[in-house]
Amino acid sequence: MCTTCGCSSDENEIRFTKIGDKQLHSHSGHYHYHDQHSHEDHHHEHHYDHDHDHDDHDHHHSNDHSHSHSHEINIVQLEKDILYKNQLRAERNRGFFEALNIFSVNLVSSPGSGKTSLLERTIADLKDKMAFSVIEGDQQTTNDADRIHKLNVPVIQINTGKGCHLDSEMISRAVKELKPVADSILMIENVGNLVCPAMFDLGELKRIVIISVTEGEDKPLKYPDMFSGSQICIINKIDLLPYLKFDLQKLKEYAKKVNPHLTFFEVSATSGEGLQAWYDYLANSIKQ
Amino acid sequence: MHELSVVTSIVKIVQQEVNKINGKKALELYLEIGKLAGVEMDSFYFVWPQCIEGSVLSDTKLFIEEPVGKARCAECETEFHIDKSFDSCPNCDSPFKEIIAGKELKIKKIIIN
Repeated sequence: MCTTCGCSSDENEIRFTKIGDKQLHSHSGHYHYHDQHSHEDHHHEHHYDHDHDHDDHDHHHSNDHSHSHSHEINIVQLEKDILYKNQLRAERNRGFFEALNIFSVNLVSSPGSGKTSLLERTIADLKDKMAFSVIEGDQQTTNDADRIHKLNVPVIQINTGKGCHLDSEMISRAVKELKPVADSILMIENVGNLVCPAMFDLGELKRIVIISVTEGEDKPLKYPDMFSGSQICIINKIDLLPYLKFDLQKLKEYAKKVNPHLTFFEVSATSGEGLQAWYDYLANSIKQ
Repeated sequence: MHELSVVTSIVKIVQQEVNKINGKKALELYLEIGKLAGVEMDSFYFVWPQCIEGSVLSDTKLFIEEPVGKARCAECETEFHIDKSFDSCPNCDSPFKEIIAGKELKIKKIIIN
């Protein structure tokens, strides 16, 4: 079954495009289109009684089997993490990055916070001093990867189709094609979404949440999972502060409440303000 | 909609376990999904029927426990209930804490025939 919409196709829409190769290959071999059946249309096919399951909760303890039944009923005490496969793959990715001293970062934010602009600026300013490679995650288009490609660094675009996040399996596949060199920086730009990517460890060494000052300062409280799962918070577009009613201290206060260990960088990818501290941090992170 | 990935993972794991013992179907499935695990249960139940259709889970009775959030303060070691992952210690107001329950996302047990 298709994991993006639940339709009966076995195919998924995930696409990997290495920019510069002129070769687009799909994850699945062929695509199918979701446009023809909306969720509304699906609805009537699934007469499903949600309440039924809730009611069953009450009976939970009546079923405490401690022995096998005679008619071949097997009780498998699994105690297994539901996302353990993602976690396993993430740890393998992390081991690979650590062995080659590749500083891999997972950049997460809502759409429009300036992730790609910050990447462009960072790479343009630093690419003579250190090696970069980039994985771009978006639902559709190779626009972001095209922008990075202009800077002449290896880049792969992952299109997640209807999916809302990257996962460790996608990163593992992308890295095999990207072949990042030792002592380099790998920037993974996740799908712009402050909710879903929080649950999926990619095997990155650091998770960086980016927030721009054109957003609300209470975002850390509204989307706590993303801020508590990150180690670094980059506050972008600070050149706009004079024109906005944005309370920078309040944002930091809220973010610290969610995650007292967060480190902040205040930058403007447009004016260049504050970028030096961020650059120093990157340089230090691959120093042996 | 990461609930879809969660449910898809469940289906894969259960399928594996059923195959392992040459079973037929999963009759009952016991999950633990903590209140702070980041899973929206309405979305979960919305995608569930579509994901299990035609699988070993198609007739499974689903039992879900939803442990509430609990934390231990890193400063004064008070154990307290949390509704949000950023709730501070009610005793000393410290934000530093270890979350000890509520983040579970687990398959506890499967009954297979």
